[in-house]
Amino acid sequence: MNASWSQWLLDEAPASRAQARAGAFYRSWLAFRRNPLAMVGLAIVVSLVLVAIFAPLIAPFGPTVQDLDFRLQPPSHRHWFGSDELGRDIFSRVVFGSRITLMIVLLVIVTVAPIGLAVGTLAGYFGGWVDAILMRVTDVFLAFPRLILALAFVAALKPGIENAVLAIALTTWPPYARLARAETLVVRKADYIAAVQAQGASGMRIVLRHIVPMCISSTIVRMTLDMAGIILTAAGLGFLGLGAQPPSPEWGAMISSGRRFVLDQWWVAAMPGIAIFVVSLGFNLLGDGLRDVLDPKRE
Amino acid sequence: MILSAKNLTVAFGEMRAVDEAAFTVERGESFGLVGESGSGKSTVLRVLAGLIEDWSGSIAFDGKALGRTRDRAFYSRVQMVFQDPYGSLHPRQTIDSALAEPLAIHKMDRHEQRIEKALEEVGLGSGFRFRYPHQLSGGQRQRVAIARALIVEPEMLLLDEPTSALDVSIQAEVLNLLDALRKAHNLTFVMVSHNLAVVAHMCRRLAVMNRGRIVEEMDRDALRRGEAKDPYTRRLMAASRGYDRKLAESFKTLD
Repeated sequence: MNASWSQWLLDEAPASRAQARAGAFYRSWLAFRRNPLAMVGLAIVVSLVLVAIFAPLIAPFGPTVQDLDFRLQPPSHRHWFGSDELGRDIFSRVVFGSRITLMIVLLVIVTVAPIGLAVGTLAGYFGGWVDAILMRVTDVFLAFPRLILALAFVAALKPGIENAVLAIALTTWPPYARLARAETLVVRKADYIAAVQAQGASGMRIVLRHIVPMCISSTIVRMTLDMAGIILTAAGLGFLGLGAQPPSPEWGAMISSGRRFVLDQWWVAAMPGIAIFVVSLGFNLLGDGLRDVLDPKRE
Repeated sequence: MILSAKNLTVAFGEMRAVDEAAFTVERGESFGLVGESGSGKSTVLRVLAGLIEDWSGSIAFDGKALGRTRDRAFYSRVQMVFQDPYGSLHPRQTIDSALAEPLAIHKMDRHEQRIEKALEEVGLGSGFRFRYPHQLSGGQRQRVAIARALIVEPEMLLLDEPTSALDVSIQAEVLNLLDALRKAHNLTFVMVSHNLAVVAHMCRRLAVMNRGRIVEEMDRDALRRGEAKDPYTRRLMAASRGYDRKLAESFKTLD
């Protein structure tokens, strides 16, 4: 980046709304960049996105193309990650599997974050019976172990990736509601909230424009830290045959089908396992870095 | 008379934070509420601003009795400035958004011009407009808070110790700014302070509060001549002249 750009971004007296916002973002980026592990995490997550987008260009074979002459081949020049029991190229399947993983991640984010934030901030701000009802509902969801509840949901609906996502989302939002409520309880007594109350703002306006922005950073951090767990739950459902269905190249389902050969043909289960491990690690490192940058107590 | 309170009582559990307070404020005047910490003066102000809903008694604003909750029209006429300028500005919002918010709430027009004008009036240039609160000093933040209160063109400002969190050198600047703005816009002030000198400087009339009660009402000239009748007021005046061990002891025994 050349000097005049960074000067514009770090200007102490920005001249426009956009410049102020870009400057605040750039400062966070500078703080984030100082953390090498977080940069590794970011690199992993960005490569996951790129691999998912360009999967057809990266993968040498189709994800479901069988070649029965090359069954269970060890990693080689032809099959980088080896091949599975139907002669499918594991590298190609892992590459295409990133799309499924990314889809799960995105769908869970867009459902869980708004629900958790809405329930938590409304309960925290309005208190009283609103709080009591919303938090008891949250408690009901929290009372079940996450995987068990997800299993029950999927079993009741029908196995498949969409229902797996739905089940994960339904079991993931309660901690976000709790978190947002706790933050709201801290913030609602602050003078700057009293100040907007004394300006005549409605309750909804205060929650949406003044309280939610204070809760968003902790939600983002928690989300990235949770992402590893979400990917593992999705893989777990796939492993149990309740998530993505064959022949879809979902990583958990791939491990499941590879476990029969795990002693003799280790790569069938190990390669998707490594993919899950790397992506989970990436999200965790990213989350750690974001926590350092976004922590409201930093300033 | 723009504001009158009668039998105003606020109880937090057993404790009566405000006990049967009564006072009136004339249009265009500046009225002070003085007392030590915990005397209930800020509570009175918060009741007036509608931030505390649990009170009894009666308050009338411009001839109309006020209820527990205030409508938006009330807030377009009465605005508040808080004590702590570090706490009263949203840490994630630029000055621009802080000033745009009341305009949006009261559905006012010409946001651009109003924001520029409000900053101008409190002595901050437009260079401050897109900064975040953490980039500003305490005095600058309090100017922003004043601009935010004035931007909806209210008739009355409720000032909760507007200078007590600031450096002594900045205090005078902010007080003079408030005084000038009051004259320019013909505002009514209700100002709370523990500082007799500040109130004597700013307010034509004042009420002294102790333990939730208004113990004395007097005007500025009487205060300057030292004509306090109530023993508590006299002690407070003596305390404002400097530290005195005997006097400090007497505060402990006063009940």
